[in-house]
Amino acid sequence: MVGGFRWAAMFPDEVWEHVFSFLPADADRNAAALVCRAWYRIERRSRWRVFVGNCYAVEPAAAVRRFPEVRAAAIKGKPHFADFNLVPSDWGGGAEAWVEAMAEGWPHLEELRLKRMVVSDDCLELIARCFKNFKVLSLVSCEGFSTAGLAAIAANCRNLRELDLHENEVEDNCLHWMSHFPESFASLVTLNIACLEGEVNVSVLERLIGRCPNLKTLRLNHSVPLERLVGLLHRVPQLVDLGTGKFAAQHHPELFSKLESAIAGCKNLKSLSGFWEAGPTYLPAIYSVCEGLTSLNLSYATLQGPELIKLISRCKNLQRLWVMDLIEDDGLIAVAASCKLLQELRVFPSDPYGAAQPISLTEHGLVAISAGCPMLHSVLYFCRQMTNAALLTVAKNCPNFTCFRLCIMEPHTPDYITRQPLDAGFSAIVESCKHLRRLSLSGLLTDLVFKSIGASANCLEMLSVAFAGDGDAGLHYILSGCKNLRKLEIRDCPFGDKPLLDNAAKLETMRSLWMSSCSVTLGACRQLARKMPLLNVEVINERKRGLPLELQPDNCPVEKLYIYRTVAGPRSDTPSCVWILR
Amino acid sequence: MDGGVGYADMDALKATELRLGLPGSHPPEKPLPTTTTARPTKRSLDDDREARRETSEGGRATSTRATKAQVVGWPPIRSYRKNSFQAMKATAEAAGLYVKVSMDGAPYLRKIDLEVYKGYRELREGLEDMFKCFEGCKGSEYAITYEDKDGDLMLVGDVPWEMFTSSCKKLRIIRGAEAIRGLGSSQ
Repeated sequence: MVGGFRWAAMFPDEVWEHVFSFLPADADRNAAALVCRAWYRIERRSRWRVFVGNCYAVEPAAAVRRFPEVRAAAIKGKPHFADFNLVPSDWGGGAEAWVEAMAEGWPHLEELRLKRMVVSDDCLELIARCFKNFKVLSLVSCEGFSTAGLAAIAANCRNLRELDLHENEVEDNCLHWMSHFPESFASLVTLNIACLEGEVNVSVLERLIGRCPNLKTLRLNHSVPLERLVGLLHRVPQLVDLGTGKFAAQHHPELFSKLESAIAGCKNLKSLSGFWEAGPTYLPAIYSVCEGLTSLNLSYATLQGPELIKLISRCKNLQRLWVMDLIEDDGLIAVAASCKLLQELRVFPSDPYGAAQPISLTEHGLVAISAGCPMLHSVLYFCRQMTNAALLTVAKNCPNFTCFRLCIMEPHTPDYITRQPLDAGFSAIVESCKHLRRLSLSGLLTDLVFKSIGASANCLEMLSVAFAGDGDAGLHYILSGCKNLRKLEIRDCPFGDKPLLDNAAKLETMRSLWMSSCSVTLGACRQLARKMPLLNVEVINERKRGLPLELQPDNCPVEKLYIYRTVAGPRSDTPSCVWILR
Repeated sequence: MDGGVGYADMDALKATELRLGLPGSHPPEKPLPTTTTARPTKRSLDDDREARRETSEGGRATSTRATKAQVVGWPPIRSYRKNSFQAMKATAEAAGLYVKVSMDGAPYLRKIDLEVYKGYRELREGLEDMFKCFEGCKGSEYAITYEDKDGDLMLVGDVPWEMFTSSCKKLRIIRGAEAIRGLGSSQ
């Protein structure tokens, strides 16, 4: 060790472990581990939380070996565009390899969070059997398992605190899975079954939650009728986060007043969601808790503007609002007037494919929110028209955006007043919002917008691009700028080989790059793969016509391309439509 | 970076390029996005260039019309949410009873959901509201008629409300002298 630091070697390892425990981010712990061998050794033995952003970036066994004391692991699988059916269903992202390695090396694992992975019932059974102190299971956008797997979790995880199932595709083959929680089981804090399709035995659920005094989050699925919600709420008045089941029933004054008082009885409610099939009849039953709400998700409720306004204007402390575009501009103007603490807004399209009754949700709603809500930092907005002027105003009003995702639903839509591309508008956003970490573009855009993004978006970590740009320059601006870029996903843009090859080194500083329906050729991918051994260059070709990929010429166009950095080399579970170039 | 020189040149070139189309509109340089309906056969690069030329000449309009066919994965909504939409739409569509309403002299028709109204008076008020911008004369000189299942033009108000909603195919508001004559003693 360098002379001046000999004093450091006198501290026992425990002291350094304690110091490292104050490092907030994994990036900081990673940096500490690079200082010297001693710190590497101490850090790895004391890390108990691990995040793997790409399940194929490292061999599971290697991760488990390096950090033997892990108690909490989070792993992500498929690329983000899998959410929109752009990734073949058999692409990969299976959880078995990880669960097996963890069962072997981390028997004390307490928390497992998986996102966009294929999780089989066997995996769930392995988890249930192998981790004696298992406390948290969170599955987000996963598939491949059934309620039989959940039964195994229920039966065996004696200390389970959280069962959080968020937007998974779950096969329903075990109706009574919840009955597998033993009578002695009382440790639940979070139960989120909103994504389950099948019937839920409400009586079993009532008994289960009745004996869990620490239950804070309960999110039901749409099969739970409104009448039964009353009984459930009586058993858990300490609830902080409620997801209702079906929020509609025949009008019945008695049911209304029972519901109203049951909800009012939950004095700690901060978050509401669910509201399937909600109509104006029973909505007023939740008015009494509106003032305390910080989070409201009405994105599955086809409520119209006036009802939404009546409800949301009471939610003076709202921080997060998810809603359908049925709220329209008028509704958003009301939100801007009432919800001064709003931080996150998501507006989803009620009719994304049809040309049904036109909804009056335009750029005006977005501008109103930007003007009225000074704490706004995260927006997801689906609409059909936009202007550069509106985006300039939004950029000026909200320099604190961390996440800005605008989806103008028709590709190539220009500024509807000036007919110009929306380059100026989005440029204003990236120039004004110095802390922007996530950006999704839409509308008519030329290479100019990418020039601005490359130059100004210094904190940008994730960029989503579709139907934009003129040519190679666009992609080059991004890859040669955006110094913190981690994830780049592109579809239907005229970007070709040159910017990829010119910026090959950049790709190793990123987690992943997805390109589909662009102008990349097989030759460039081969060159890239040869040049960059630490990248997996996956070419995805679902139309199995003609020659196999190895025999295709260099000028063969590549449909879908997924490139990610990895220390694990090519994966061994590729389906027939995926080639990993070497 | 060396690559930059090449791209700046391309930028300058683009600014001077002559092309068809409205100022500010930039025709795509690549083939149309994949649609769920048409599965094109595997194209060689030559075919791609052909398609691009066609699109450029067609201009913005063609490509916009073509994208009306559902593009895979666009708009970017998760399958989970999409499935909920289908379910919601199904219940919503099953519930509505939309009929066209025409008014003599009005440049376009409207559509109303008969299930929203509880009776004839509400229907009348709703229609008055909807068409008041076209009122050239005072409100009294019009008659509301409807076309029933047999295609006959009937005066609204004669039969019980439920019978009316189940047999009404479209509404027509008749104005002026014809209406006065027709009304006679029935009001």
